[in-house]
Amino acid sequence: MSKQANLSELTEQALAAIAAATSVKALDVIRIEYLGKKGQLTALLKTLGQLPAEERSAAGATINVAKQSVQSAIENQRLALETAALAERLANEKIDVSLPSRQGECGSAHPVTITLERIQAYFEQIGFSVAEGPEIEDDYHNFEALNIPAHHPARAMHDTFYARGIDDSAPQVLRTHTSPVQVRVMESQQPPLRIVCPGRVYRCDSDVTHTPMFHQVEGLMIDENVTFAHLKGVVQAFLRVFFEKELAVRFRPSYFPFTEPSAEVDIECVMCSGKGCRVCKHTGWLEIMGCGMVHPNVFAHVDIDVEKYTGFAFGIGVERLAMLRYGVNDLRLFFENDVRFLSQFG
Amino acid sequence: MKVSESWLREWVNPSETTEQLVHLLTMAGLEVDGVEPAVANFSGVVVGEISAVEAHPDAEKLRVCQVNNGRVETQVVCGARNAAVGARVPFAEVGAVLPGDFSIKQAELRGVISSGMLCGASELGLEDIVDGLLILPADAPLGQDLRQYLQLDDAIIDVDLTPNRGDCLSINGVARETGVLTQTDVTAPAFCALKPTIDEQRAVILSAPEHCSRYAGRIIRNVDLSQTSPLWLREKLRRADVRSIDPVVDVTNYVMMELGQPMHAFDLDAIEGDIDVRLARSDERLVLLDDKDQALSDDLLVIADQQKPLAIAGIMGGKDSGVSNNTQHIFLESAFFAPEKMAGKARQLGLHTDASHRFERGVDRDLQLRAIERASELLLAIVGGEAGPVTVAEASAQQQSAQTVNLRETQIKRVLGFAIPGDRVTDILSRLDLQPETIEGGWQVTVPAHRFDIAIEADLLEELARIYGYEQLPVEPPVAQLTFSERAESGVSRRDFSRQLISKGYREAITYSFIDPETQALFDPQAAAVELLNPIASDMGVMRSSILPGLVAAAVYNINRQQTRLKLFETGLGFQQQGEKLDQSPLIAGLLVGQRLPESWLSAREATVQKSQNADLFDFYDIKSDVESLLGLSAGKAVQFLALDLASPMVALHPGQSAAVYLDQSLVGYVGQLHPQLQKKLNIDQEIWVFELQLNLISTKKVPEFKVLSKFPEVRRDLAIVVETTITAGEVVDVASKAAGEHLVATVVFDQYSGAGIDEGKHSIGLGLTWQLQERTLNEDEVNALIEDVLASLKQRFNASLR
Repeated sequence: MSKQANLSELTEQALAAIAAATSVKALDVIRIEYLGKKGQLTALLKTLGQLPAEERSAAGATINVAKQSVQSAIENQRLALETAALAERLANEKIDVSLPSRQGECGSAHPVTITLERIQAYFEQIGFSVAEGPEIEDDYHNFEALNIPAHHPARAMHDTFYARGIDDSAPQVLRTHTSPVQVRVMESQQPPLRIVCPGRVYRCDSDVTHTPMFHQVEGLMIDENVTFAHLKGVVQAFLRVFFEKELAVRFRPSYFPFTEPSAEVDIECVMCSGKGCRVCKHTGWLEIMGCGMVHPNVFAHVDIDVEKYTGFAFGIGVERLAMLRYGVNDLRLFFENDVRFLSQFG
Repeated sequence: MKVSESWLREWVNPSETTEQLVHLLTMAGLEVDGVEPAVANFSGVVVGEISAVEAHPDAEKLRVCQVNNGRVETQVVCGARNAAVGARVPFAEVGAVLPGDFSIKQAELRGVISSGMLCGASELGLEDIVDGLLILPADAPLGQDLRQYLQLDDAIIDVDLTPNRGDCLSINGVARETGVLTQTDVTAPAFCALKPTIDEQRAVILSAPEHCSRYAGRIIRNVDLSQTSPLWLREKLRRADVRSIDPVVDVTNYVMMELGQPMHAFDLDAIEGDIDVRLARSDERLVLLDDKDQALSDDLLVIADQQKPLAIAGIMGGKDSGVSNNTQHIFLESAFFAPEKMAGKARQLGLHTDASHRFERGVDRDLQLRAIERASELLLAIVGGEAGPVTVAEASAQQQSAQTVNLRETQIKRVLGFAIPGDRVTDILSRLDLQPETIEGGWQVTVPAHRFDIAIEADLLEELARIYGYEQLPVEPPVAQLTFSERAESGVSRRDFSRQLISKGYREAITYSFIDPETQALFDPQAAAVELLNPIASDMGVMRSSILPGLVAAAVYNINRQQTRLKLFETGLGFQQQGEKLDQSPLIAGLLVGQRLPESWLSAREATVQKSQNADLFDFYDIKSDVESLLGLSAGKAVQFLALDLASPMVALHPGQSAAVYLDQSLVGYVGQLHPQLQKKLNIDQEIWVFELQLNLISTKKVPEFKVLSKFPEVRRDLAIVVETTITAGEVVDVASKAAGEHLVATVVFDQYSGAGIDEGKHSIGLGLTWQLQERTLNEDEVNALIEDVLASLKQRFNASLR
């Protein structure tokens, strides 16, 4: 009996100690004291041999129940302590996630580049390839081959920069458009041709609406049976995808020496949806690009058979599109490179 | 060109409103830039007659006038000196509103009641002359509203003509086009040939018939140049944006604006002998009407007499032979100058006149006689005089027979994508005065004398499309064969490089390709820069050989606007003359200025950990890292940064803090600090870090070739090597790497130190060497042997020792 009394007393002692333990380490001490090899409950088991054989099994079972209760109390308490410790650690480790990071910066492409690449990408999607060429050109590629002979009044439309060449008799020109690249492609490849020519161009003109350097994307498609209807189709579809909206587009006759028929393309003003505003000079229309069917004289210069092939060409002013797309109100901002401007595009 | 709508409607008067007319013109290729009222808004101004003028009792400069408006007399105080009895003048009655919203009320001027105001031209927004009252013709109906009398409710249509439409540079031409577009008849004012009253003539010799194939002249004697042009004529000129000068000039200008034929009038007394239309001699000079003493050249056509040039044909007259106040007799000229010969001549002289503008674009070949008769008729009515017969010189060989052009019906669909019905085609061509005749498979047209832009079939297609209406033509997507385009995997595009820099925080700039020659010379004195012959400004005088000057200027622009931390880049061509060849190659350049990290709590905390004062500013190793990340795109190639040779041509860079960049042993660019002297010259007080690489030399990479991964562990050994400070880490790594054998897979410099514990003049370099074999683990003895080899090489080469 004394053993029984001793057992329940020991068990209660152990459970009390476990409940009072405040650390995993203290729990370990308690475990060793009661359940260890030399522990008190373990010691009780060792006294079983002294009992009559018929009592041993029952007494052993009782002791084991007591041991298990102590064991599980220790486990529970360990879990409770660990959970609390983790919670405390997590609480202590809290940081201010609103503080700025080490280097959260991302640069930006120039809006002209963004626009140029968008234009290029749309045309690449429908099978146009990109061609580039020199910016200092000879007179032949910039003018002659494009049906603009010397002294042609159309040259006054292009205020040309001249650069000193090797000898002064043949000054070079800064290309006034990217059309010379088209000439170079036509010289080296036979139709069918589908190209766009992006790049810098230069005209000796500087005021609120002109900068002496700007960017163009000119396109050219030559094949059998290419018609003015196709030109209208391509231009209209391009303007729709570029501005990501349905826009009224109109074609009106114009004049470029290298195309015949030639057209100027107007779109419904994107600022006022054609109602009339300062940007469209209250006409509701914005002049957006020039285009036309390639002039037979241009084909003659590059030996393309005019009876077999027809083609269309178009020229897009990149800054103009960028201004309309992003609402930029001053052309000159593009070349001042003020980072407060540049950072708005990326 | 400014077109007065009311003048236009005298010729052709369709039922269309102004707005509809403007739309039609624009959509036919005569782009209307704007429509303005002919005169500013005003009301309540009538024709009045001054019936009495008295001096003002109390003001010397004022007069008291009685003004009759046809019904009553009103007293008006007026300051104009030409206020004379009997003059009919614009009378703004009480209640009138003048331009600028100026209301006319009854007023008292120094004690005299004034009920209204007598007006000068400029007060009504008419001619810009401030010279007393506008004197109206004596037959101006009293009391009639002035706007009605002068037809001031008129619109000025500003047509922006393309260079091919010289035929529309007159009321005549715009009327012709309007007639076609509105299917309305055009009625030109009736012209009558003048009956000569004297028979004096001046012979005309066409010495350069390919330049001038027709010249009509006429003498008019005893003209009275004290007359002024009538108000109606001055008004028409004003609305055409032409200044009124004197009756002779006004009439020639009027005929030019009306018919499109530029004319000239000479003072007959200044002409010695016959007229010779010839090329100038290169030793001749001529003082022009604008007082410029012009040297002539033998490609310039002049109108000369037997002694001297009188005028540069079709461009500008000479001063001495011009009409002046003292002129008594005049010689009128109306000529055809060939457009292809006129082209560019005015520009060559730095001139651009209304006449040259028209002759360059082509003046109707058949217009000369009609124009001279029209001008004579008008002149005699204004300045009187006796006219001689018209002298006409013609070079028959150059009188072109009318040109014909064929149009094949099949081409309409082939080019325009739409078959315009045949009778519609005939109709359009007829209305354009092209006189179509049906031929096999199409039409033959005859080009009228006023059209200089129709020479081939495509020109006719444009005319058809234009009149039919571009908007009416169909819209179709093109159909083409799907083909793949070649695209080398080994190619690295400019876009790839740009994106790499953008992801590292760089912003893309675009600077002008032309820069200040002085700056160009400071940055790149070795380059033969390409000079512009006509720069737009002196500081944009040469083409850049490097992007850096532009990028540095952009940095300065931003620094001046309190943006002191900058990461900028640009791509574009650099230009320079290399012997016979003009090199224009793509470059990519970058620039760093300011704090390494954007200002933040972290950068402040980390900076205090560093010892150096400027540790938080960008340094060489920042920009070098950006260059390495770019060259990482050109994968599979050996990258080397070599110190600048002190005799290096890169004068723009700090010789001690810059490197030449090599890719697979070829020089591809430079990286480093802007030279402190250059920085000082440019007035910048911050260190600027830059790089520039030749895109063409870095834009290929190796297509990857897989190597089997080793299953065996790596072995690493660290060495601290002490060498003279003149020996660079790069050199140590090079020698060590070669000595470490073929199984070396990585080398790292983990430390660089000089100071306490190291002899003066030496530094310690910590090298981590890692080996790995494909087939087994390297054993201890082998590693030790390799280390010995490395140390021996370093010892032998640099007298290096272990720390």
